Amino acid sequence: MSRTDDDIIVCRCEDVTLGEIRRAISEGATTMDEIRRITRAGMGPCQGRTCRQLIASELARKTGKPVAEVMPSTIRPPMKPVAMGSLAKIGEEDEE
Amino acid sequence: MRRTADAVVIGGGVIGAAVAYNLLKLGMRDVVLCEKATFCNGSTGRCGAGVREQWGSEGNCLLAKASIDMFEVLADELNYPHDLEFKQKGYLMLAHTEKEWAQFQKNVGLQNSLGIGSRLCTPEEAREIVPALNTDGMLGATFNARDGHANPFHVTRAYLTTAERLGGDINYFTEVAGIEVAGGKVKAAVTSKGVIETPIVINAAGPWAKPVAEMVGVTLPLFTQRHQILVTEPVGWLLDPMIMSFSIGIYCQQTPHGSLIMGIGDPHEPKGYDIGHSWEFLRDMSRIITRLLPALKDVRVVRQWSGLYTVTPDAHPILGGVPGVDGYLQAVGFSGHGFMLAPAVGRIIAEMAFGRETFLDVRNLDAGRFERGEYNVEPSVV
Repeated sequence: MSRTDDDIIVCRCEDVTLGEIRRAISEGATTMDEIRRITRAGMGPCQGRTCRQLIASELARKTGKPVAEVMPSTIRPPMKPVAMGSLAKIGEEDEE
Repeated sequence: MRRTADAVVIGGGVIGAAVAYNLLKLGMRDVVLCEKATFCNGSTGRCGAGVREQWGSEGNCLLAKASIDMFEVLADELNYPHDLEFKQKGYLMLAHTEKEWAQFQKNVGLQNSLGIGSRLCTPEEAREIVPALNTDGMLGATFNARDGHANPFHVTRAYLTTAERLGGDINYFTEVAGIEVAGGKVKAAVTSKGVIETPIVINAAGPWAKPVAEMVGVTLPLFTQRHQILVTEPVGWLLDPMIMSFSIGIYCQQTPHGSLIMGIGDPHEPKGYDIGHSWEFLRDMSRIITRLLPALKDVRVVRQWSGLYTVTPDAHPILGGVPGVDGYLQAVGFSGHGFMLAPAVGRIIAEMAFGRETFLDVRNLDAGRFERGEYNVEPSVV
């Protein structure tokens, strides 16, 4: 693969490049969780919506497994970023 | 995976990783680590990432102080390619009740007597340290500049990759199902990938420490309990130190990455292995923290999760061997503060495995202290 491939930003939230994903895999990562823990890919505001599939494909290619067999990372709430000021008000209208 | 070893370490969290590294550093050759999932899958990867010396007992103070000494040089010692994100911007402990303020005065006296440079602050002085802090109702605070933060994933992986470089055999997705003991001596670890003959087994299994101890007939006074936590989007600088309150039961810190990580210690949380998450936590955490740090109103939460504390009756870890099972060692029951104690504990357990005198005397942290009634409960936990 060319140098320019490695420079492609895979995770736009955390500025993680394909090269960094590949390095994590070459250092032994075999699961999505390990890649997330090493690189922060998928930890930003979009929580992996953009990069999840790209990383799964790269992991499948490098480990020789079908994408379906790549162990997925856990998807956690909230599904979209929510301001703490709004969360603090949950239920307040009902109680008034 | 090797079939014979000088020692088998159970657990790929920060404790197991630090133990494995220290065994190799002291010159052991065949060190095998078995982790049932992958690194940082238990409590380490879910923790609040704080490191502090400000404890209320001599045992925790000394272990934490020695660990911070080691964190300060860890990046150089392990020669690891990623930033460990170790920062020392302090912990600010807030007192809102008379009882808490009295405890803090006692704690600072103890800490200072052990060489820890913590100090009492007025609410005004606390606001100088954290200008964003709402000090309404606050009686005072304590501050220690040497406390701070490190990245649990990278610290653990730094220990593991260095252990591998020194010849250690690190195995993921390898579960230990049994420990063979004969004539009062450890003989082998039975794993999902085969049997490893070994004279030493080290239990660093975090939340699963109790079932692992049962494999050698040891019953540990441990229970596990969920603690919920969240992280925000990264924002510009808001605060330097970790903010912590025991009476409110919260902690909150801005990481070097810019995100804020925070959690609640809920006294009503049932015991068990549940690591689900609740919307009530998001609401309660947001209500509490936006009162203390009003600027957080506009900061968005991106992720919530939870992890397990593995709690002992005195909130101190259980370290060392047990009578009658030669070659079995344990480093368990960290009660929510294992990450910050890992550097010192890793060295101590390795020294024990070599039969050496340990660099800190931890004989009073053995498993037998509960039956003897020789323990004091740590007061300063969230």
